[in-house]
Amino acid sequence: MTSLFYIEHANGKVSDQSLKAITAASQIEGDVHGLIVGSNIDEAVAEASKINGLSKLLHLDDAAFDNVLAEKLTQVIFNIAGDYDYFLAAATTTGKNVMPRLAAKLDVSQISEIVAVESADTFIRTIYAGNAIATVQTSDAKKVLTVRPTAFKAATTDSAECEVAKINAENIPSISEFVGEELTKSDRPELTSAKTIISGGRGMQNGENFELLDKVAEKLGAAVGASRAAVDAGFVPNDYQVGQTGKVVAPELYIAVGISGAIQHLAGMKDSKIIVAINKDEEAPIFDVADYGLVADLFQVLPELEQAL
Amino acid sequence: MKILVPVKRVIDPYVNIRVKSDQTGVETENVKMSMNPFCEIAVEEAIRLKEAGKAEEIIAVSIGNQSCQETIRTALAMGADRGIHVLTEEKVEPISIAKILAKICESESPGLVISGKQAIDGDNNQTGQMLAALTDMPQGTFASKVEIDGDKVKVTREIDGGLQTVNLNMPAIITTDLRLNEPRYASLPNIMKAKKKPIDQKSPEDYRVDVTPRVSILKVIEPPKRQAGIKVENVGDLVEKLKNEAGVI
Repeated sequence: MTSLFYIEHANGKVSDQSLKAITAASQIEGDVHGLIVGSNIDEAVAEASKINGLSKLLHLDDAAFDNVLAEKLTQVIFNIAGDYDYFLAAATTTGKNVMPRLAAKLDVSQISEIVAVESADTFIRTIYAGNAIATVQTSDAKKVLTVRPTAFKAATTDSAECEVAKINAENIPSISEFVGEELTKSDRPELTSAKTIISGGRGMQNGENFELLDKVAEKLGAAVGASRAAVDAGFVPNDYQVGQTGKVVAPELYIAVGISGAIQHLAGMKDSKIIVAINKDEEAPIFDVADYGLVADLFQVLPELEQAL
Repeated sequence: MKILVPVKRVIDPYVNIRVKSDQTGVETENVKMSMNPFCEIAVEEAIRLKEAGKAEEIIAVSIGNQSCQETIRTALAMGADRGIHVLTEEKVEPISIAKILAKICESESPGLVISGKQAIDGDNNQTGQMLAALTDMPQGTFASKVEIDGDKVKVTREIDGGLQTVNLNMPAIITTDLRLNEPRYASLPNIMKAKKKPIDQKSPEDYRVDVTPRVSILKVIEPPKRQAGIKVENVGDLVEKLKNEAGVI
């Protein structure tokens, strides 16, 4: 049995999401090979080659893959699919974009966002926005899986360098082209890898008030998130969204401010180690999952909290 | 140009999910059902493209039991022109749905297929991408903006760090994210009109697609409940507990 894991990288570093998700691949019997794509990425390749549990790293050194398009990356993996039994990637927007396309080309079902590996063909995943947990078994010979990163511990990158082999891109379709990217600029850590997150909900009332969260986040070195209600109301961009339809996070400390605690939101953060809820409505369901609840007006609490830290 | 919009019937997003006590699945008897919210956004986007003169006909497709006709009627009431209902009692997996849709694409030759990014029951997020693979079409997943320009479609996508824009040759597959649009409600006159719009009834056999599941569900359980903790009186108490009790700051 051999698994192929697609490794994402940015700014010379292997993505934290990939390091976590690759742990799922290591729990499956057999070798794990990594695939990394892009040109001028020596640093990321060097780091990836030292991921614990990886026995071989394939590098597609091609500027056409500096920005990953599903149509092209799928073909790259498909070209070498004969050598592998399992295909895995983190359930990021890239993993979610690419892996189902690969599964269909291989004529297999995909198992999405697994949170545990039970056996060679049996996996656990959440359904209905985390309201139910399903154990599923696939009868497909080749298995395509995406992995929810927060459910696994990050692999370390301190083992001896594994073999790095260059591969080529062949039969790449040109039906799509990359136009541009507009990444949200922030001095704060990334939501999905932050140790502390402070999120605002509809109770923040508008986008300007998110500055109050920013100030506390600054003190805590925290990332800033939001509930779907706050995103739908246009307070903050969609990439702030924590929840089943946004990002699934599991930091050490999650502070929910002015968030009622809709099931949709809880599904995205209930695996956090410590949850703090600040809400003036003491009946808000967020208090049912909070380790520490503070029933108070957030507009008073946030400046006080900033001062106290 | 035709636009094909697959629509799925799911448990209404505002219904509390109950796991069956025999652990075989989730209770769906006597539960309110609705169109998957992401599919509503897909229908809305197709209608807006038609209203803008970019499309002539919108075809809504649903695959499932007899009740899926209602979901198609909802799409027709919103503004789709006709429906295709692929009747099956089987629980059809995304790969099989994608195969049926690929066959429909062969016969209907749509310029765009717009689907939801995921259904809120299985949370699979697969069908659009799979359909794109089977038809060799490009895919613009998690779309927050769609602009047709000649024989290309420019799609702005919601990605983890922000937004990405791609240019796709048409025909293409688009899957919708939340902020693409706000779906309209069907008006009463349009609901009445929708009753006269045609729905073609088909079966998976008509498309020669084997819908036998490859993934079996062994067990479905409720998630572990988190215990509610304590209430603190003020910010001072909170900071003290986080420092000394929880040790997280």
